[in-house]
Amino acid sequence: MVNNYDVKSILLAGVGGQGTLRASDIMCIVMMEAGLDVKKSEVHGMAQRGGCVTSHVRYGSKVYSPLAKLGGIDLLVAFEKMEALRYMNYLTKDATIILNADEIYPPSVNFGDIPYPDDIIPLLRINYKQVKEIDATDLAKKSGNVKAANVVLLGAISNLMNIPSSIWEEVIKKSFPEKLVKINLAAFQKGRDA
Amino acid sequence: MSGNEAIARGLYEAGVRFAAAYPGTPSTEIMEEYSKYEGVYAEWSPNEKVALEVAIGAALAGEKAVAVMKHVGVNVAADPLFTVSYTGTNGALVIITADDPSLHSSQNEQDNRNYAKFSKIPMLEPADAEEAKEFIKLAFEISEKFDTPVFLRTTTRVSHSKSVVSPADPLPYKDKTAITYNAAKYVMVPANARIRRVEVEKRMQLLKSFAENFSENKMEINNPDIGIITAGMPYNYAKDVFPDYSYLKLGMVYPLPEKLIRDFAARVKNIYVVEELDPFLEEQIKAMGIKVTGKEIFPYTNEFDPGIIQNAINKLNKPANLPTKNVPPRPPNLCPGCPHRGLFYTLKKLKVFVTGDIGCYTLSFLKPLEGLHSTICMGASIGMAHGMSKALKEKGKGKIVGVIGDSTFIHSGITPLLNMAYNKSNAVIIICDNSTTAMTGMQEHPATGYTLLGEETIKLDLKVLVAALGIKNIRVVDPYDLKTTRTVIKEELTKDGPSVVISQRPCVLFKRAKTKPQKPLQVDPEKCTGCKVCLGLGCPPISWKKMEKKEGSKREGVSFIDENLCNGCGLCLQLCKFGAIK
Repeated sequence: MVNNYDVKSILLAGVGGQGTLRASDIMCIVMMEAGLDVKKSEVHGMAQRGGCVTSHVRYGSKVYSPLAKLGGIDLLVAFEKMEALRYMNYLTKDATIILNADEIYPPSVNFGDIPYPDDIIPLLRINYKQVKEIDATDLAKKSGNVKAANVVLLGAISNLMNIPSSIWEEVIKKSFPEKLVKINLAAFQKGRDA
Repeated sequence: MSGNEAIARGLYEAGVRFAAAYPGTPSTEIMEEYSKYEGVYAEWSPNEKVALEVAIGAALAGEKAVAVMKHVGVNVAADPLFTVSYTGTNGALVIITADDPSLHSSQNEQDNRNYAKFSKIPMLEPADAEEAKEFIKLAFEISEKFDTPVFLRTTTRVSHSKSVVSPADPLPYKDKTAITYNAAKYVMVPANARIRRVEVEKRMQLLKSFAENFSENKMEINNPDIGIITAGMPYNYAKDVFPDYSYLKLGMVYPLPEKLIRDFAARVKNIYVVEELDPFLEEQIKAMGIKVTGKEIFPYTNEFDPGIIQNAINKLNKPANLPTKNVPPRPPNLCPGCPHRGLFYTLKKLKVFVTGDIGCYTLSFLKPLEGLHSTICMGASIGMAHGMSKALKEKGKGKIVGVIGDSTFIHSGITPLLNMAYNKSNAVIIICDNSTTAMTGMQEHPATGYTLLGEETIKLDLKVLVAALGIKNIRVVDPYDLKTTRTVIKEELTKDGPSVVISQRPCVLFKRAKTKPQKPLQVDPEKCTGCKVCLGLGCPPISWKKMEKKEGSKREGVSFIDENLCNGCGLCLQLCKFGAIK
């Protein structure tokens, strides 16, 4: 179950409205600018309405499939805490996990039918060595806009990639309207420092 | 670029300036992107049949025209489809069908490659965005060369995946339009159609020879022990896990290049046919007498991924023990403040059977609303409500309601409603008019007052149309007003003859409607008794939190409203008997 050649796979998982797809778009442009081949895949449509949102990003010198296989993801970034558990079966055994401390309750939890899992981090730690929790929502607030949590997470991701931070910053500058650039650059830096 | 953006770019580069479509996931963005290019004509037609007929007309006038639809849209357009195959196209005509393996956003998983064979129309299938852009150009070349409509098939994974695309300069547009008369070719009465029928078979023979040398039917001979015959996205999945096997990648999935396939079969020992959904290639290749392995090991249902192909060929049942954990599901839900919520809450309380339709409101079948009890296809709600009501006779009186959205009603609800008036129905039809095509992302339609290109136009008055169809009982309600909505629907259920209730309020996400969010509501924890009535709305911001029972109190918890999500629509406030929400 090894990945052939040099292709790496990232799975971004969140909830509709968190900017998960925006983050994956930015990440793909960064990889293109860094001279890599990149493909990404996501599902639109019904997923936008409060449901799960996932995006597979695969990059390397030559990428065929935009979808990773089960057991084939090298980095999982959960924009919502519980979502990290939902996709564990996609991870390689050496995978890195970054998760946002933010919890968003689905209807079954709201009604009191099913409890929100309270052992997320320990469960992940049993199976994986590299687990990092970041309070991206709080860091985004401190940067000036709670919605920049996705860019905070991009900052954390950028630490794991061998791509100069200047490329990331340039792409972030081009991805937002001028008045939001400063906030997002601050959010990116907070993610890198976290 | 996404596959859909690349198709739009390809259309523009190919000098195509005419497109008609009805929105449907995963095809919608093709038109949204295409309509942004300068100098194009692009329209949202009321449904796919009209869109195809519009494109046929444009092609007859000499244009290069495209009709775009999702897989089930081709069912709607099937009537003109089968006969335009006989007439040919004069200009050029390409039909894009966007299929949805795994039913990410569809009511079925049909494999539209079958339409190519059934209607005798050639079909191309790209594997990624770059190919999508190039294949659309080739599709037009084939259409012009062979005077035939051509299919381009994508799947959700091609349409919605993004990959690197290199844009090219567009071909200059050449105006070849003119009125030409040719009754023998375009008037499909039996005498003429019999002659064209023979022409179609001749064309198929020519296309078969063309396919043998078609540039996008590509052979890659590597390891001769295993050969894979595949097309579209599954090629990428297979190549990802088996980069060293030999491949025959078919860019044209109908008709098949028989000689090329025989040549490939002679060069490799074992052949696997890797295709999602139906054994479309496999059955044809087996009929050539070539031994291949296909659906014996690969699934019939759902889209593939690299792991599925790897496990099937390596004969593994599942990948080595991957850790899993069951977590609470996160189903899609109606948005906070959605106008459908109040309507379906009311319908549940009225204990009626609701025949539903295709749109956001279909989601209201889920708990806790459970306000919708059937969904088949666009427009079916009305015909089915009428059929149920007729069959149930007295038992069904006041119990059958059909619900349909405004865009869906225009798509295919008008004739069944006319039928209800004509055949003296007793059911109640509710048109959920949110002023847009919400499910696919706010597209215009004939009742919005705007075209796809942003021009102002007529604004169909649904009330006048419904009256013109012969419906006498017509009411308009605001679904934010629960009490009136309930009273009006109740009154209409008791009446003889068909009724139409128009439940009118723009979608909360619809920008032009300028729906201003109201101040978020709050729960007063002192007044809340924890009765959970507000939870029955299934509104995302409302949750319920358990708390310690106080002595002498029956209260086990309280409701809580997330102020970041609430937009103050006020439905829960109307339901709370204790004045705890303000």
